[in-house]
Amino acid sequence: MQANPKGVLTGTHFLDGDQACCEGALAAGARFAAGYPITPSTEIVERFAWRIPTVGGMFIQMEDELAASIAILGAVWGGAKAFTVTSGPGFSLMMEHIGYAAMTETPCVFVDVQRGGPSTGLPTLPAQGDMMQARWGSHGDYEIIALCPNSPQECFDVTIRAFNLAEEFRVPVMLMMDECVGHMTEKVVIPRAEEIEIYPRRHTARGPGEYWPYETNGDLVPEMAHAGEGYRFHITGLTHDERGYPAMNAAAQDRLVRRLKNKIRAAADRLALYEEEATEDAEVVVVSYGITSRVAQRAVEMARQRGIRVGKFRLVAAWPFPAARLRELAQRVKVFVVPELNCGQMVLEVERAAAGMARIIPVTHAGGDVHRPETILEAIVEAAR
Amino acid sequence: MSQTEIRIAGFGGQGVILSAMVIGKAGCIFQPGYATMTQNFGPEARGSACSAQVILSDQPILYPYVTQPDILMVMSQAAYTRFTPELKPGGLLLVAQALVRISDLRAGIRAYSIPATRLAEELGKRLVLNIVMVGFFAAVTGLLDPESLRNAVADSVPPASMELNLRAFQKGFDYGLARVGPLAEPVEPEQMIAIEGLG
Repeated sequence: MQANPKGVLTGTHFLDGDQACCEGALAAGARFAAGYPITPSTEIVERFAWRIPTVGGMFIQMEDELAASIAILGAVWGGAKAFTVTSGPGFSLMMEHIGYAAMTETPCVFVDVQRGGPSTGLPTLPAQGDMMQARWGSHGDYEIIALCPNSPQECFDVTIRAFNLAEEFRVPVMLMMDECVGHMTEKVVIPRAEEIEIYPRRHTARGPGEYWPYETNGDLVPEMAHAGEGYRFHITGLTHDERGYPAMNAAAQDRLVRRLKNKIRAAADRLALYEEEATEDAEVVVVSYGITSRVAQRAVEMARQRGIRVGKFRLVAAWPFPAARLRELAQRVKVFVVPELNCGQMVLEVERAAAGMARIIPVTHAGGDVHRPETILEAIVEAAR
Repeated sequence: MSQTEIRIAGFGGQGVILSAMVIGKAGCIFQPGYATMTQNFGPEARGSACSAQVILSDQPILYPYVTQPDILMVMSQAAYTRFTPELKPGGLLLVAQALVRISDLRAGIRAYSIPATRLAEELGKRLVLNIVMVGFFAAVTGLLDPESLRNAVADSVPPASMELNLRAFQKGFDYGLARVGPLAEPVEPEQMIAIEGLG
């Protein structure tokens, strides 16, 4: 279905990544946001609070991140598309409700504009230190989707994708931005509403007497009904059966948890989005994401000018991780160079995918700045030696 | 690839960010090209110093930060002291007279100043000093189409003050053209020390 023109600010704009993310959310149909504003994500909800009265919807500034993250889940079961926005310290507090969203299969988007950590760390400076937290931060076994835009334009485009995937798979989707992408201002082209494809809510076609909230029809993703529509059903974080009622036994647990994982795993090839360039003849491949992928591309160009056979592999989705493709590449690539603004997180996944077939050179950075292209170039030169 | 790094600095409230917005917008929305604007966020943004950076390029910009600006536009003494050392050899320094006293300028820097405060006051509002500076920037650098910059000014300010801001742009632009002229031709660094109109 097409986007509702009411939320689409068609035109060419000069926006920072945070503002573009907000416009992406509005274009995707988000009409509810709750947040406890925190640098460097504040501009997203600041703009949402300013825009939403004319679009029709609501922003609530909550008392903390726990409240914000559970408010959006309530709004979704009330029929809205909803999201919350935070940075590291708030992301830590939201973990409880990310698990609740995964367990109750509540489609929603969590935006984490990453800054230096741990704890309050570097509020105004970039990092990519929450990548593993996005995947593993809540307890128990579950799957999420995490996307990493690298420009304001992508903050718009990828936010729409995040909402669409949340609806299609009924999972919390993490939009893993960073301070640099969030605060940089560039040209953002917002297309006309009819050019924006929206994945609609999977609403049940059944009547109130016949609906089971966690019954699936083959594709592992159940259908929803909303509060106030006359359906009576139960939503719980406890292990539940197809009717939504608690089922405290190993069989129900196995059936539910495996489905929660398998609905993403079965689609992993399609969901593990990446961009690949010049890898055909590459001996060295640079794997990166977010702001680091732009700097890495510069380094790859510099290395190519020096005659080094180096390619670029950029994660658009960090989770699910494109392990299958990297494993293929590992069979003929000598070295993977993995720069990231942390002390080595996604590099562990690259190692796992490469399974000893290729050497790995991490280019770590504790955060607070982005890599210099020359630093990544040095690692490429070292790798090609 | 032709890429120009610009830093604009002054103190909070002078419209440093807005002037960077106008230049960036002109460079990628109102004429073909790429622009990336970044701001210095941090405790310093609340008090005295405030700085914004714009990169203009004919190619997509990959590394987003300014490392060695080709052009530095300063509207405070603190900004002058802090940022002039990083200016590229042969770089261009644009200063707001009365707010900045140029001293210890190293050889090879082209420095031009404009009585931006007075010109803004002549228009009845000291607030438009930043847009006077943008007009001056347009004339002296010749980097962007003045029409693109006018469009960007009109697009970036509240409708009620659009006329005033466009006049401020023109005032800075005319001053720049009359006193300095557009620097169409690059000059050898040795020949470049020309401090115009310093009070």
